[in-house]
Amino acid sequence: MDIFVTALTIFILAIFVGFEIITKVPPTLHTPLMSGSNAISGITIIGALVLAGQIGNPHLAKILAFVAVVFATINVVGGFLVTDRMLKMFKKK
Amino acid sequence: MINVNLINIAYVLAAVLFIFDLKWMAHPKTAVRGNNIGALAMLIAIAATLLSGGLEFHYIILGIIIGSIIGAIAAMRVAMTAMPEMVGLFNGFGGGASVLVAGAALVAAMSSLAAGESDMQMKIATVASGIIGSVTFFGSYVAFGKLAEFLAVKWKLRLWQKIIKYGFSLVTAAGAIWYGYSQGISILSVVMMFSGVIIALMLLNKKDRFPGMNALKIVSAIASVVIGVMVVMNPGNTLLFWVMVGIAGILGVILTLSIGGADMPVVIALLNSYSGLAATATGFVINNNVLIIAGSLVGASGIILTQIMCKAMNRSLANVLFATLGPTADTPDADEVYKTVKSTSPEEVAMLLEDAQKVVVVPGYGMAVSQAQHAVRDLANLLESKGIEVEFAIHPVAGRMPGHMNVLLAEADIPYDKLREMDDINPSFPQVDVAIVLGANDVVNPVARTDPKSPIAGMPIIDVDKARTVVVIKRSLSPGFAGIPNPLFAMDNALMLFGDGKKEIQALIAAVKEG
Repeated sequence: MDIFVTALTIFILAIFVGFEIITKVPPTLHTPLMSGSNAISGITIIGALVLAGQIGNPHLAKILAFVAVVFATINVVGGFLVTDRMLKMFKKK
Repeated sequence: MINVNLINIAYVLAAVLFIFDLKWMAHPKTAVRGNNIGALAMLIAIAATLLSGGLEFHYIILGIIIGSIIGAIAAMRVAMTAMPEMVGLFNGFGGGASVLVAGAALVAAMSSLAAGESDMQMKIATVASGIIGSVTFFGSYVAFGKLAEFLAVKWKLRLWQKIIKYGFSLVTAAGAIWYGYSQGISILSVVMMFSGVIIALMLLNKKDRFPGMNALKIVSAIASVVIGVMVVMNPGNTLLFWVMVGIAGILGVILTLSIGGADMPVVIALLNSYSGLAATATGFVINNNVLIIAGSLVGASGIILTQIMCKAMNRSLANVLFATLGPTADTPDADEVYKTVKSTSPEEVAMLLEDAQKVVVVPGYGMAVSQAQHAVRDLANLLESKGIEVEFAIHPVAGRMPGHMNVLLAEADIPYDKLREMDDINPSFPQVDVAIVLGANDVVNPVARTDPKSPIAGMPIIDVDKARTVVVIKRSLSPGFAGIPNPLFAMDNALMLFGDGKKEIQALIAAVKEG
């Protein structure tokens, strides 16, 4: 099968999975859900790492990707840590 | 180099763990574990990438160190009340990273292939990633600036606010001019320079609206798509890609600039969704399934939250994005509405509380502003020690992001089972002796039920007016985000306690202790 069709299939199925699981998150946890899912969107870091490190890439591409690595790392590290800080505050009596 | 299949299996594992992360977010008991699993998944994905071979590490290591330090410091130091700004800011970094990856991928692909030979999927995805990423980046910056109150405001700014505001505009304009100039003078390079300058000027404007805004919004939306098509047909022209990013940036700024405080929760959720979709588009650029899956999950999450917020305001998404909320010609005069307002004292309220059996607190953005959450907890504990039942009623759009109030009350150690959702607690208000409205306004305005012509008509509200007594703690009778008077304040069973939320709650505690 064409790579594009495979990727598209995965995309559509993942959207359905997302809808199914996220509808179950209660309003109390909506802020941690946002900051946690935000950290997940930092997955762009994978693309940034490949482009920043690939041997033989033009210098301009590496510089752009280097800045992308910094941005995405801030997103990932900051996102997971701040979510953890918030979630640890939720207690039951 | 490690076997390609092994790397891909690691990516699948990471994707599955991301799904578990969000699944476990469904309950406060499992949510911490969920978040840890998500972090582990990210680590696995990063490790797999680094082990895939063909990489040199100096830029990677430097980038990860710098990013980790900035991210960790920001996450550890931010106050819980500033969480909406923080989430907005992190969103922006995600969007910015997507734009840069798309740009870098384009440059790399053009150098390794003869232009035109690269495949269609990569070209279209690069364009999508560039447009969505740029809208997310600039939109998130505007949301951050509006929440941190340094963009589109008239008052004097503090030093750090000035540095960010002028620094960001300067870098944007200077960057666009420098890059445009370096490409030689042509129509495209002039458009490049102009887009940077327009963004910079819009961000320096002291108002959130300006003449021609809607026209510019439509023009920039159409132009970024048209230029996107041109990039697909002519991917060798890197300048064209950055012009597209610049024009999408104008769109991102305008889309967020005109959004008012009440609509902030919707915009933050929407930008969250965009940052996920940008990551998905990047996944199509570099043909990586873990990006596609993780990005889709985030995209879906943002869309669901956006829908919930819109529903809680009885407005459509289009209405939030394109219309303005505000008083209409039919809005009654405030002086007329407030003729029968009764003001009260902490001592009087303390007496009411001592005779009460059931008390409900309704927090709003005002509680966050006056940092009153800890004082509220002390009051709740004091009342409970006297055998009085205390609960909290949370409106879905109270505060400036979804779940904002819940996080603040959790920070003050108020157990989450005391926080009740609107639909859940509304039927019990006739049995409530005292309802304390703390810094909330539009979400308790009965006009939403009674006046079909009001700008908030049909918005679900918390029925505090049905409680035996309503105490409203508020600085003045000034209107909320919707800009309309609230007849609740003048009702027979309502008492106004004028003052700062935290100070008044502390005065109440003192009065209850004395009594």
